[in-house]
Amino acid sequence: MILLWIILILMGGGVLAGIAATWNAVYCRIIALASVVLATILILWIWINHDVSLQPGSTWITDIKLQWIPSFGISFHLALDGLSLLMLLLTSVLGIFAVLLSWNEIRYRTGFFHFNLLWVLAGIAGVFVTMDLFLLYFFWEVMLIPMYFLIGIWGHANRQYAAYKFFIFTQASGLLMLLAILGLYFVHGSRTSVYTFDYFDLLATTMSPDIARWLMLGFLAAFLVKLPVVPFHTWLPDAHSEAPTAGSFILAGLMLKTGAYGLIRFAVPLFPAQAVEFAPWAMLIGAVGIIYGAIQAFSQTDMKRLVAYTSVSHMGFVVLGVFAFSEMALQGVVMQMITHAISTGALFVVAGALYERLHTRDILQMGGFWKRAPFMATVSLVFVMASLGLPGLGNFIAEFLILMGSWSASPVLTAIATAGLVAATAYSLRIMQKIFLGKDTHAPALPDLSLREKLVLVPMAIVIIILGLFPQFIIDTARPAVVRTLPEKEAIHALHNQHNTTQSPTGGMLSAKGGNHEQE
Amino acid sequence: MNKSDLLSLVPLWILSSAAILNFFSISIRRNHKVIVIITLVSLVVDFVFLSTYSIRHQQAVEPLLVFDGFGIFNIGLILLTTLIVIMMSYAYFEQREERKEEYYILMILAALGSCILVISKHFASLFLGLEVLSVSLYALIAYLRKRERSDEAGIKYLILAAFSSAFLLFGMALLYAATGTMSFQGLAERLTAAGEISPLVWCGFGMFTVGVGFKLGVVPFHMWTPDVYEGAPAPVTAFIATVSKGGMIALLVRFFSMVQGHQFTLLVTVFTILAVASMFVGNFLALRQNNIKRLLAYSSIAHVGYLLVAFLAGGQLGTQAISFYLVAYFITTLGAFGIMATLSDKERDAELMEDYRGLLWRRPLTAITFSAMLLSLAGIPLTAGFIGKFYVIAAGVRTSHWLLVFALAINSVIGLYYYIRIIAVMFDQRETVRTSEELRPLVYIISSFTMALLGVMLIWLGVHPEGMLMLIRDTL
Repeated sequence: MILLWIILILMGGGVLAGIAATWNAVYCRIIALASVVLATILILWIWINHDVSLQPGSTWITDIKLQWIPSFGISFHLALDGLSLLMLLLTSVLGIFAVLLSWNEIRYRTGFFHFNLLWVLAGIAGVFVTMDLFLLYFFWEVMLIPMYFLIGIWGHANRQYAAYKFFIFTQASGLLMLLAILGLYFVHGSRTSVYTFDYFDLLATTMSPDIARWLMLGFLAAFLVKLPVVPFHTWLPDAHSEAPTAGSFILAGLMLKTGAYGLIRFAVPLFPAQAVEFAPWAMLIGAVGIIYGAIQAFSQTDMKRLVAYTSVSHMGFVVLGVFAFSEMALQGVVMQMITHAISTGALFVVAGALYERLHTRDILQMGGFWKRAPFMATVSLVFVMASLGLPGLGNFIAEFLILMGSWSASPVLTAIATAGLVAATAYSLRIMQKIFLGKDTHAPALPDLSLREKLVLVPMAIVIIILGLFPQFIIDTARPAVVRTLPEKEAIHALHNQHNTTQSPTGGMLSAKGGNHEQE
Repeated sequence: MNKSDLLSLVPLWILSSAAILNFFSISIRRNHKVIVIITLVSLVVDFVFLSTYSIRHQQAVEPLLVFDGFGIFNIGLILLTTLIVIMMSYAYFEQREERKEEYYILMILAALGSCILVISKHFASLFLGLEVLSVSLYALIAYLRKRERSDEAGIKYLILAAFSSAFLLFGMALLYAATGTMSFQGLAERLTAAGEISPLVWCGFGMFTVGVGFKLGVVPFHMWTPDVYEGAPAPVTAFIATVSKGGMIALLVRFFSMVQGHQFTLLVTVFTILAVASMFVGNFLALRQNNIKRLLAYSSIAHVGYLLVAFLAGGQLGTQAISFYLVAYFITTLGAFGIMATLSDKERDAELMEDYRGLLWRRPLTAITFSAMLLSLAGIPLTAGFIGKFYVIAAGVRTSHWLLVFALAINSVIGLYYYIRIIAVMFDQRETVRTSEELRPLVYIISSFTMALLGVMLIWLGVHPEGMLMLIRDTL
């Protein structure tokens, strides 16, 4: 029941905040803040009160199933395991930051802004806990429209174009997923004469490989566009650079993660054999994305576009890791989802803060800000270092695990991906170099971070350091979900043999060592 | 025709007598309110009477009509839709000078025609219903004579509808010549008995398709739609978009299921082409419209295309999908045109994009309701339109009509673009000088009530469609 409450609190908070703004904008902000804080407390309460089991194959932490449209076999089915829990917590915490970030930035249509913000969060939270495919599509759409408005109304100069582009890309791919969901529904229904959208019932659907391949492509379309992988990424730089700070923050921090989550939770478990079949291609586009994103990022002058392309690069690691089918790589993916949300989100906050002060996003017009805003520079340094994968920070753990896990699946692609880390160093250092070092040519005053901004950035910096030093609790929490995702070992072996790699007993070795590997 | 036949025709009797009652009432004294009350009461009584019928009611009034679940459901839908159109019309015409009483007679007669259409099982009753509907519509479209475009729309509709009726009639004649029967059932029997289909029958079906296509406004017979939508008063446009087109769709479903039209591959192919063409052409032409009435006209062409997907999918699921989609589409269209009617002033209807700029900040509730209607047309969750579209896609996927389903998916995206554009205009921040004049309290209450009702129904069906789904399932 508590899951339902979390979503209802976010939705209800959005409506209340929207109404309250007609009297006073401050009430609206307070209500919005209160509802995300309340949601966070509820999630933390779940984490503390329920023993998140370390063992694979454990049951779900909470599970709620209400009838919704029984004549279609649609139920309101929400469930939570370690992975969902982590994502949900990420959603609500970043939600708090997003509300804080917009405190001064959003000055008109405050009510409508917060309504949209909270509904995006509700949609994202819904995606992370839904166990009904109809409901998945439902939430998938719910997070879309408010995001469109966030970009289209409060964005920068070219906002309409960016909003349309974002909308059309994600909507079109979402509809393909709807077709695939319906296809799966009818295939399962005709086999078993039980027509249902329930995830657990559909998991073991037997179908001809041909159909399964098409259906999986439908799911992949939605998730890979959202992630995004390289040929479908063009909406992302536009959407990110035109959105208001909170919008970019949510987009990078959470919305991209729904794509990664969808791969782990839905695309791979529903079609394991086809996913294994598709894996070489997926890993290839992952590796291409890593390199391409990094090169693009290096050549950008617009700070937000630059950070957006780093997202493309980092999400390449996610695709690589998911389709490597080793526990270690998947753990790395989960880690990457969290650390990327924090590091990239934080870089967008810095970009937003700079824009608020200088009214430009062009890094060529910046330089030498270290002296004038030392606090901002120091915090930025942490996130830039995280982004380039410096050991001791969370992103390093994530990328290291992914690369380790992917090696056995494809040494060549892993090597290419590793080269991406070098490129990451180049673009990350360029951010520091152009903005905070060099000659100070900019005349207007540049106040350092305000208390409110510190309140957002400092906790994020602390978290990214904690994740880098003590990643074990994340790994333990996500473990049951990760293990559940992995396809049968035989299938993976078949894949590996196909690639003429060394036939090391990867599966066995990894599960024996578990995730304890890097607890130094 | 025996007594029980007569009794089952009571819903039609009530409508006819309401029209006559209105005649007398006008001849005694012209009073807008009285006429509206007579019309509303008769529609309500009619609906209440209809709801006493069991949904599994099955009675044929040989040889013309058949009362079954599907027919009763559609009559109910037509009656409620007309009821809402009348409520909209009262508010709309109350602000206008012209003689408004005859309008309601025509409206009742048009509804009567549509009711006959949805229960007919014979070419004669089909034509009767269609002509009663069309002839009333000629006058309704050109009702506001002082407007420059209303004559154009009326004449255009008159000529094209008469033209299409001629096609239809010729098609029926050819089918009669080939098979010697005019009842749908008889036609089916003769065709199966004959085995091979003669060219004469194909010609007949072809002509029939042209006639039906005109009424539905599918591509390439869609030319009249934007002009008529634009020229007609907003409530009449709502009526054409819902009752007139919906009646024709219901008739088509009955005709096809009775003559087992799905077995004729050529016919199915033709309708597939019509459906795909309607979706693409309708949506593409809507993309660059700045006149909302024309935009909704093109969007209605696309929506008929969506409906044809469910129609071609056929079977129980297809028919259920059509019924649900019609309900959702009726609510949505009524809401959209209803809001347009409430925003209109004496001179002209609020039909330009500019009339809506910044509406959210002038009349927030109206703008939010209108946005909900547009999102429903686009098929976004939490609205009835989403469940409708979902149902249609489900029907298509079920029967593996992948071409149609993909076309639908692509077109949903295209459609979304222009619906969102209107919403973006309404949310635009530029303040406008133009303020709508204050309506009289009663008029204001009635129109707000109607819109609120439609908005609630829209969300209710989107969130909790189970009741409606069960009802539709029972009708088949």
